Amino acid sequence: MTAVAGDMAETIGEAEARPLLEIDGLTVEFATLRRKVKVLEDVRIDVGKGEIVGLVGESGSGKSVTAMSVMGLLPDTARITGGRIRVGEHEVSAKSRRQLRSLRGRDMAMIFQEPMTSLNPVLTVGFQIAEVVMEHQGAGQAKAMARAVELMRAVGIPDAARRANDYPHQLSGGMRQRVMIAIAMACQPLLLIADEPTTALDVTIQAQILDLMVSLRDRFGMSILIITHDLGVIAEMADRVCVMYAGQIVEEAPVRDIFTTPAHPYTRLLLRSIPSARHKVERLEAIEGTTPSPHAFPEGCRFHPRCPEMAERCREPQTFERIGPVRQARCWRAREILARLEGSS
Amino acid sequence: MTAGAGERPILAVEGLGKDFVVERSLLGSPRAILSAVKDVSLTMMPGETLGVVGESGCGKTTLGRLILRLLEPTAGRIHFDGRDITGLSRRGMRALRRQIQVVFQDPFSSLNPRLTVRSIIGEPLKNFGFTEKEITRRVGEVMEVVGLQPDTMSRNPHAFSGGQRQRIGIARALALKPRLIVCDEAVSALDVSIQAQILNLLADIQREFDLSLFFISHNLGVIRHVSHRIVVMYLGRVVEIGPEDALFRQPLHPYTRALIAAVPEAEIVEGRQRVPLQGEIPSPISPPPGCPFHTRCPIARDRCAREVPDFVEHQPGRWVACFYPGEETPVVTVDRQREAASL
Repeated sequence: MTAVAGDMAETIGEAEARPLLEIDGLTVEFATLRRKVKVLEDVRIDVGKGEIVGLVGESGSGKSVTAMSVMGLLPDTARITGGRIRVGEHEVSAKSRRQLRSLRGRDMAMIFQEPMTSLNPVLTVGFQIAEVVMEHQGAGQAKAMARAVELMRAVGIPDAARRANDYPHQLSGGMRQRVMIAIAMACQPLLLIADEPTTALDVTIQAQILDLMVSLRDRFGMSILIITHDLGVIAEMADRVCVMYAGQIVEEAPVRDIFTTPAHPYTRLLLRSIPSARHKVERLEAIEGTTPSPHAFPEGCRFHPRCPEMAERCREPQTFERIGPVRQARCWRAREILARLEGSS
Repeated sequence: MTAGAGERPILAVEGLGKDFVVERSLLGSPRAILSAVKDVSLTMMPGETLGVVGESGCGKTTLGRLILRLLEPTAGRIHFDGRDITGLSRRGMRALRRQIQVVFQDPFSSLNPRLTVRSIIGEPLKNFGFTEKEITRRVGEVMEVVGLQPDTMSRNPHAFSGGQRQRIGIARALALKPRLIVCDEAVSALDVSIQAQILNLLADIQREFDLSLFFISHNLGVIRHVSHRIVVMYLGRVVEIGPEDALFRQPLHPYTRALIAAVPEAEIVEGRQRVPLQGEIPSPISPPPGCPFHTRCPIARDRCAREVPDFVEHQPGRWVACFYPGEETPVVTVDRQREAASL
């Protein structure tokens, strides 16, 4: 094999194995009146083709800012100061606003917690879906409306032809979220970003929406990045999980490993602080203190002031490093914790 | 639901109902009525936590407000410590306020942000004529109980984090040494790491002061954790009441069963089973005839669409409103992890 052919083979192999979404070392700053605030630092997330990756964290951890960065929807006060984002063949972080606009919808789409704020109250839901079809696929109105009804059926809206003429306020929260998913699916995007998609919904309706998203992945092979504060949603949906704390990813692992052998102290404590409907514990293990604000992220490991295993070395910055074949963590102790957990199981 | 021998319930509610007129005709006669709470009966013992759970529109918040007497019931009676408080005058209610307090989801959304923590916690004391000196002493005491530094009492609430603000809300509720606290989604706005702190705090306070907690939440994990007994509501009605352990292990009402099975658990569960529910929660303005749940129920029969099932004691201490209590429901097995692995 010549050197050139070897290079080519490597390139092709790489392209196939390449994740659909690659966030590499993303750093984002917000300008406030007095100073710049770094809300994200060195965020690394990969989402493979057809994979569902969960991004979990508490308020202020930076999960929504991460999503907005991928979608090119950061507010004017925010700036990407480091790292890069790639979706498919496109370097998102290098695109102009106009280029990003055409990427949204076609290559990537997003749904939010409260669909009412993203839907136009004076247009029928059918028309709002059709509008996306017309804009991105250049279809005529009649054809686009027919496609809208088809999409509404695909996301499980009963009596779709009639409901297409409804206005958003005539639908329940669960049905509105289905409409948002239909809009997102209109152009069969490669990547769907779902930011707390079921947080505002009742639990029986939440189960239906989660089922729907998984079935759309199975049918269309779309990749999903689901952002949530709810580890239950993560366990239910995700193939792989990234845990975020104070603007950084602190642990990444396949879903089973996150729940059975959490290697970062934060992940472990977070799991223990959740009251379960399956079994009762005498007392919850609360994490002391409070989640830090981006204005005052601690030095060194950002979790160290709340960590029961804190040592002197934790005051130094931690690197996000491999602790197993498919796992990474940002804690110098993580390898040792993992070895202990795997030894005992 | 009868009390143990010799012990008197702190709270007993009989046939409680609340209708709201949501639409009137031109002449003012009601055109559409929403029965937010319908025919609710329950009791609570001193020192008990009664959890109330249900989805949106089930009437749990309205029920809490009726017990607090912030709303007037349109039917039924409320007894507090053996005394009928349903028709109590304004003056009679004032005395009762010392005994029944409330903690809301966010106690500060309705408060003046310029007030100090001392005036927020001390306000109920002021209303009952405590002197400034007494107020300062008592505010310091309850702040310590809830884990706040008493020397921060002259600060404004915005200087505190969400978890600390909920501690302030709890301190305010404790100031008058009440016997019953209604907690309405008291931990729902908090991050899970903070939520656990507040749940532990409530458990400690309850033990220390022999408090009764009427704990309203949509979160089944939280409800299971805090409650001794649990009330499940659907479309304004109570569908099941039972002890925490029995109700979660062996739910009698198909709705309770479906609700528990729908909770996404933060753990890997092999062969997880769900109860498939059709459709959505009907509007409380036009609830279905018969059993309110029959339109979504996987085991509904013809009879369920015609008759409303009575609320009966099916087993000792276990009440249910269903013609077929405890009957097995169809289930679907969700095994996403295996699906994902085979991709």
